[in-house]
Amino acid sequence: MIVFSDQKLMEVKEIISHYPDGKQKSALLPVLHMAQEEFGGWLSVETMDYVAGLLHLEPIEVYEVASFYSMYNLKPVGKHLLEVCQTGPCMINGSDDIIDYIKQKLNIQVGETTPDGLFTLKTVECLGACGYAPMMQYGKTYREHLTKEKIDALIEECKVKNN
Amino acid sequence: MTKKLLLEKIDVPGIKTYDVYRREGGYRSVEKALTMKPEEIVEEVKKSGLRGRGGAGFPTGLKWSFIAKPEGIPRHLVVNADESEPGTFKDRYLMEFIPHYLIEGMIVSSFALGSNVSYIYIRGEYAWITDILDQAIAEAKQQGWLGKNILGSGFDCEIYTQRGAGAYICGEETALLESLEGNRGNPRIKPPFPAVKGVWQRPTVVNNVETIAAVVPIINDGGEAYSKIGIGKSTGTKLISACGNINKPGVYEIDMTISVEEFIYSEEYCGGIPHGKRLKACIPGGSSVPILPANLLLTTAKGEKRLMNYESLSDGGFATGSMMGSGGFIVLDEDQCVVRHTYTLARFYRHESCGQCSPCREGTGWMEKILKKIESGNGEMKDIDLLWDIQRKIEGNTICPLGDAAAWPVAAAIRHFRDEFEWHVNNPELCLQQNYGLAHYADDIQVPA
Ligand SMILES: Cc1cc2nc3c(=O)[nH]c(=O)nc-3n(C[C@H](O)[C@H](O)[C@H](O)COP(=O)(O)O)c2cc1C
Ligand code: SF4
Ligand code: FES
Repeated sequence: MIVFSDQKLMEVKEIISHYPDGKQKSALLPVLHMAQEEFGGWLSVETMDYVAGLLHLEPIEVYEVASFYSMYNLKPVGKHLLEVCQTGPCMINGSDDIIDYIKQKLNIQVGETTPDGLFTLKTVECLGACGYAPMMQYGKTYREHLTKEKIDALIEECKVKNN
Repeated sequence: MTKKLLLEKIDVPGIKTYDVYRREGGYRSVEKALTMKPEEIVEEVKKSGLRGRGGAGFPTGLKWSFIAKPEGIPRHLVVNADESEPGTFKDRYLMEFIPHYLIEGMIVSSFALGSNVSYIYIRGEYAWITDILDQAIAEAKQQGWLGKNILGSGFDCEIYTQRGAGAYICGEETALLESLEGNRGNPRIKPPFPAVKGVWQRPTVVNNVETIAAVVPIINDGGEAYSKIGIGKSTGTKLISACGNINKPGVYEIDMTISVEEFIYSEEYCGGIPHGKRLKACIPGGSSVPILPANLLLTTAKGEKRLMNYESLSDGGFATGSMMGSGGFIVLDEDQCVVRHTYTLARFYRHESCGQCSPCREGTGWMEKILKKIESGNGEMKDIDLLWDIQRKIEGNTICPLGDAAAWPVAAAIRHFRDEFEWHVNNPELCLQQNYGLAHYADDIQVPA
């Protein structure tokens, strides 16, 4: 069932209170982030429709926004999403090698999920960590100065978390 | 040593917390500002010569004086913390390690502008930094620096953070306001400008994080004192985020009188280029500004030492100069391939185009494809001219400056490194294995010991 807990509903209310009366559409981006986190790491049509109902919006208004921003996943992703930056400054510092290494290690291509549903590999554009390259986004944080050893350790860490 | 303002206390243990920040003199500018008139604060900011640190360098005091004040309609300050221009990571540093600095600057600026509810629009990926800011805001509120009737002045102010969700275009101020309203980040046609009709059609000032932070020392020490730091129209200090092939990547606060050479080679800043390699090129102000070959980077076409400031970096226009931009300083050593680097930037802009205007939507896609073609050894000579032609057709023909931002890097790469593009075309196999030597560009550059 796609329903927020009472606590999450209070959070939604709190967010709406940040904007002028009648401007609750402004809460759409933050609420979509919450929904994605709560309901499996991606936004299904059902999830988006639920958010539309909460904010008194037409479903289409939600789809339109969700499809514009790259952080919203409109398809299911693995439990652990690895998003490696590939823009110039990271490329100079070896992001291509890191991407190749992950592909090889997990035996998937960019954009794919491992058959066990654990990992998805994505490439992304500059995340504002160019001085700490190569880097990736993992969950709510960044992993920086990546090396093959750090990738090995991260993948182990994820597997352990899953047991 | 450069005089530090924003980063002066960054190494004080615990400076992230309210108690330490306050003990080190934090929030003094709010105490002072609330005894002044809002117009007097605007006047100090004008006197300081502060220019917007988000990229365009527009004078902040002047921008503030444009805000419309229609009766009965609330006004808003919105801080631009979208920071997505490749090479730029300075705002993040300030917010992550000394978050109260921004909050302090925002309270003073909100008072000057008459904003009772101000927002920080932060890029969605900076999720943990949003938590840090929320924490700082809660602390400030608990201590009475936010909320109703601050310090008994009668001024009310709330600050809220709002996370984006992955879109470079939302750094453009009108796209940012659309996004804050819960819409797609499509830039608006100007006029009306945000100062007249901004978020929810209300008068709004959008300023960069670093700009708003700089208001703190301006109020503490006075606009005139601030204006005496630096040179010409480049007053105060500037945060530079340095990356690429340098020994010490990171964020540096500079006084804008130092030379580019000193910035790259001195131990105080970038610490030179790793493994004794030679400097090939540099993008001095974020991915949108023109790339310069080593010789034009270190000295202007007139033969003067180039300095790290607005005027000097743009000396020579686009023919032989570049721009200060956002302060994202990307260094390329002799091993780097300019064609490949430019290709990654073109891919970035194609990915980030909002798609509203056809020259930008189609042009960025074509540029990416052609650069990929040349880079992978399949290019023809006429592709180089086609690339030049496409970038010219984008520039100036779009709703927002992202079109220009996509065109300039390509134009500059061809302008200064055309022989490298031609070499790729002429050596389709070789170019996959090795890079075009730099000897050609920087033989005459003396690498300081
Ligand atoms: C495509 C594009 C992206 C931008 N990204 C940012 C950004 O991430 N941060 C920022 O402060 N300004 C950015 N700007 C500039 C803003 O539109 C605006 O000029 C700036 O926030 C004004 O603040 P300032 O005067 O303090 O610099 C961007 C502009 C464009 C065209
Ligand atoms: S120039 Fe590009 S990003 Fe800007 S409005 Fe047009 S299509 Fe959108
Ligand atoms: S280029 Fe990768 S974080 Fe900026």
